[in-house]
Amino acid sequence: MTTALAINDLRKVYNNGFEALKGISFEVQEGDFFALLGPNGAGKSTTLGIVSSLVNKTSGSVEVFGHDLDRSPAMVKRELGVVPQEFNFNQFEKVQDIVTTQAGYYGIPAAEAKERAEFYLQKLGLWDKRDQTSRMLSGGMKRRLMIARALVHEPRLLILDEPTAGVDIELRRSMWEFLQELNEEGTTIILTTHYLEEAESLCRNIAIIDHGTIVKNTSIRSLLQQLNTETFILDIAPPQEQLPALDGYRAELQGDHTLLVDVEKSQGLNSVFSQLSGAGIEVTSMRNKSNRLEELFVSLVDKNLQEKK
Amino acid sequence: MSNRELFIAFWTIVVREIRRFTRIWGQTLLPPVITMTLYFIIFGNLIGSRIGEMGGFGYMEYIVPGLIMMSVITNSYSNVVSSFYSTKFQRHIEELLVSPTPNWVILLGYVIGGSVRGLLVGLIVTVLSLFFTDLSVHNIWVIGSVVFLTAILFSLGGFINAIYADSFDHVSIVPTFVLTPLTYLGGVFYSISLLPEFWQGVSQLNPILYMVNTFRYGILGVSDIHIGFAYSMIIGAIVILFSYSMYLLNTGKGIRH
Repeated sequence: MTTALAINDLRKVYNNGFEALKGISFEVQEGDFFALLGPNGAGKSTTLGIVSSLVNKTSGSVEVFGHDLDRSPAMVKRELGVVPQEFNFNQFEKVQDIVTTQAGYYGIPAAEAKERAEFYLQKLGLWDKRDQTSRMLSGGMKRRLMIARALVHEPRLLILDEPTAGVDIELRRSMWEFLQELNEEGTTIILTTHYLEEAESLCRNIAIIDHGTIVKNTSIRSLLQQLNTETFILDIAPPQEQLPALDGYRAELQGDHTLLVDVEKSQGLNSVFSQLSGAGIEVTSMRNKSNRLEELFVSLVDKNLQEKK
Repeated sequence: MSNRELFIAFWTIVVREIRRFTRIWGQTLLPPVITMTLYFIIFGNLIGSRIGEMGGFGYMEYIVPGLIMMSVITNSYSNVVSSFYSTKFQRHIEELLVSPTPNWVILLGYVIGGSVRGLLVGLIVTVLSLFFTDLSVHNIWVIGSVVFLTAILFSLGGFINAIYADSFDHVSIVPTFVLTPLTYLGGVFYSISLLPEFWQGVSQLNPILYMVNTFRYGILGVSDIHIGFAYSMIIGAIVILFSYSMYLLNTGKGIRH
């Protein structure tokens, strides 16, 4: 399998002396949907900034599809599409011009640039807005415009830095579908996000970065298997004023008819049902809490912090 | 990138620059028309008629080449400084930095874009001057080459200013406190032979004097300075500023962390 991105011993020390990256290494394989997670200031954006030539590295190496960033920067840039965290297009230019101009920077002739711009603007639901200046677009539309712009030269590796930040739920879901479709068509995708649910739903592999070091680099599946406890949400009837006794389980009552129960891997759920049934409480529905990754993320980052102390 | 792709990237930048200054024509093309018309009316017609001859020519005829050059200089400079700074400010410089467009193409694109505005405004002012005086052509090659080289030189100056600028104040400091005084003292309105010997020597340290005089030579056939020396100075300055701009771009000064 081809390696889409190989980062080796990457370090970054800013002019003010802040060491943002302390020699991180990880690889992303072609076709992967990869998440780079970490708290604010962990080094995610610095890493992506170096890969996309917006930040100068201090040392280490970056290879994209076998092209070294120092030796063949133009080849690296051809393979990359970048969707940054903040809006970075000319607010006074028309939507279509922003996309065709970007194509021009890659040496794509005007006629072809126009065709591609139409294709991606149609696909992202922005074709009707093509003659509007970009500052007139809503926040969600601006994010989609940045995705269209990043795709116009048809890169094999797409990097998205918090693509759904500030986007409403409906739009977030439609962007997820679009990105999944793109990944299925063969584009390798790396994203950073604060929505861990997003990483859990979309990504196959993950690296967690904290204080400039990689604290975990594995598949989402194996990461989730490390969880010893899973939280279940039980809707119960009749309404309870006090937490029902659940021997052997940690539980919490939310409102008067929702019960949160932590179940360890070694335990089953049968005992929960029998104890509730014995107390005359019926479980009307049940689901597991979706922020499993969030719990793991917090525990990993906390552990890293403890070790540093 | 192949040569064709490089040209497409270069042309894309130039077209975007032209689109920018024509979109905001009220801020870029109209003000020099009004300012220069006032110069022609006040200095040329009203005051100039009382001054009499300058360097053997009517005052209006004498100042027209200087005013045309003044427009070329200020417009080339201000186009690149404001465009490249706002590109930095709005962060859409990143569109170029993530693309395979090499730094020399980025620089050339901005410089030619700025020069096009300088030359266009120069042309507008030239046409405008025809309403006030007759313009002769002493040497068309000198006129064309010196105006083009001057536009290139000041576009490069604007580019370096934009790289160092951290705020919109920095964008206007050089044009206001350096460029305008140098232009006014660069022989636009008078021949330096009118000055005492000491100030003639000081004036010769002003690079704009060489450009204005070379351009005036192309139109009227008279100059306060040696034309060959003026060309070497302008070309030498272009080489230095181009190399320095490339150094700034390659090290990422002001545009990469």
